[in-house]
Amino acid sequence: MAETGFWSGYALPFLLILGYILAIVVPLLISVAFVTYFERKIFGLMQIRKGPNVVGPFGLLQPFADGLKMLMKETIVPAGANRNLFLLAPIITFTLGMIGWAVIPFDEHLVLADINVGILYLFAISSLGVYGIIIAGWASNSKYAFLGALRSAAQMVSYEVSIGFVLVTVLLCAGSLNLSEIVLAQTELWYFIPLAPMFIIFFISALAETNRTPFDLPEAEGELVAGYQVEYSSLAFTLFMLGEYANILLMSGLCVILFLGGWLAPFDIEPFTWLPGIVWFFLKTAVVMFLFTWTRATFPRYRYDQLMRLGWKVFLPISLAWVVITAGALHVFGWMP
Amino acid sequence: MSLVTNSVRSWFLTELASGMSIIFKHMFHNKATLNYPYEKGAISSRFRGEHALRRYANGEERCIACKLCEAVCPALAITIEAEPRDDGSRRTTRYDIDMLKCIYCGFCQEACPVDAIVEGPNFEFAAETREELYYNKEKLLANGDRWEKEIAENLSREAAYR
Repeated sequence: MAETGFWSGYALPFLLILGYILAIVVPLLISVAFVTYFERKIFGLMQIRKGPNVVGPFGLLQPFADGLKMLMKETIVPAGANRNLFLLAPIITFTLGMIGWAVIPFDEHLVLADINVGILYLFAISSLGVYGIIIAGWASNSKYAFLGALRSAAQMVSYEVSIGFVLVTVLLCAGSLNLSEIVLAQTELWYFIPLAPMFIIFFISALAETNRTPFDLPEAEGELVAGYQVEYSSLAFTLFMLGEYANILLMSGLCVILFLGGWLAPFDIEPFTWLPGIVWFFLKTAVVMFLFTWTRATFPRYRYDQLMRLGWKVFLPISLAWVVITAGALHVFGWMP
Repeated sequence: MSLVTNSVRSWFLTELASGMSIIFKHMFHNKATLNYPYEKGAISSRFRGEHALRRYANGEERCIACKLCEAVCPALAITIEAEPRDDGSRRTTRYDIDMLKCIYCGFCQEACPVDAIVEGPNFEFAAETREELYYNKEKLLANGDRWEKEIAENLSREAAYR
């Protein structure tokens, strides 16, 4: 075997992976930008308004105008803040929002890291998301930011438990922790039909996990101004926003992979199979994203004790019961993969 | 019974679903907003907007410098100085309105015996500096010339009620 040189052994694979990463991150950031636009547009429509329509055709360039505005603002670090941690927090949030996408299969074999514990990796990443927020809240040295961060941490920890049980149910049915294999296991039947209650629990927990309305208590403009983001401006704030929306997209993507058959066409017959899998994946993610926006436009914010009650006294028992029921059914009927 | 219906409601999230369906239907309603710079709402003929000093049809300015508007102005926004003109008629030499002080109460136009100072239908006179909003006599007369058609129409429509 020939000795691998510096170029063929290290540099080229590195550049190749860098290229793959850019091929994921750049479209991701662009879609995050447009998600903010479509979100505002949908809000507008649902509130009988027009939504952004001035910058560019149909206001399509609005997110870029907003981004430019954000970048031109002054970065303010409060005098009492812990400077390093204060600037580290948005970077953590942003990075975690990005790296989760490494294991998402956009199509068959179209995945950056096809690891066999993909779902555990995603679970770990979304749990780490708390750090960005709690560091931001602590380092800001402001009571509003701190309270927002505490709420956010408690909320994310609580709902991760029920998300964990939902994931357990899905992987019991699929028999694999690899996301591609979970999708392939749904070739016959998408899991949102047999696991409908878990789908709803996952969706609602995903709302809480990503701090979206009706669970956006960490941001609670009314009482906490803007929660953990209150002291942030300019690029740091932009990173928070991007990370948050990337996380929401990631959760939508995860929802699609776990319950809506990932890149699979709805019916395995002619007109549906013309579209490539990646298009189906994006369409489904867009639908789930629309659901996220729709709930945000519809429901008012939960009270904090109600939120905790829902997480621990409703979702946890139900999801736990469903884990047992699913496992029992799989075992009794011999459907265990 | 109510226990059963209530628990069915809460377990099947029917109320959440009906709320969401209402919001979804709203997407297809007619929009309540106007596309403002391009579309404008109707304005009442009694609308009190930017001030204007009017002229008679022969070009003679109406204001006779009686200073009733200056006296009635609750915000003290109007400053008038007057002298007899060469032909012996009484006219203002200075007629200033500080638009930053003005509260658009409309007392000046009600006090005016000759319909000289009126508040026209224009509300789009925002400026970038304060100085641009210290209106003098030339500016007010120019406003009058610019908006005369609309102002005359509004006055004739309101004539029965004055």
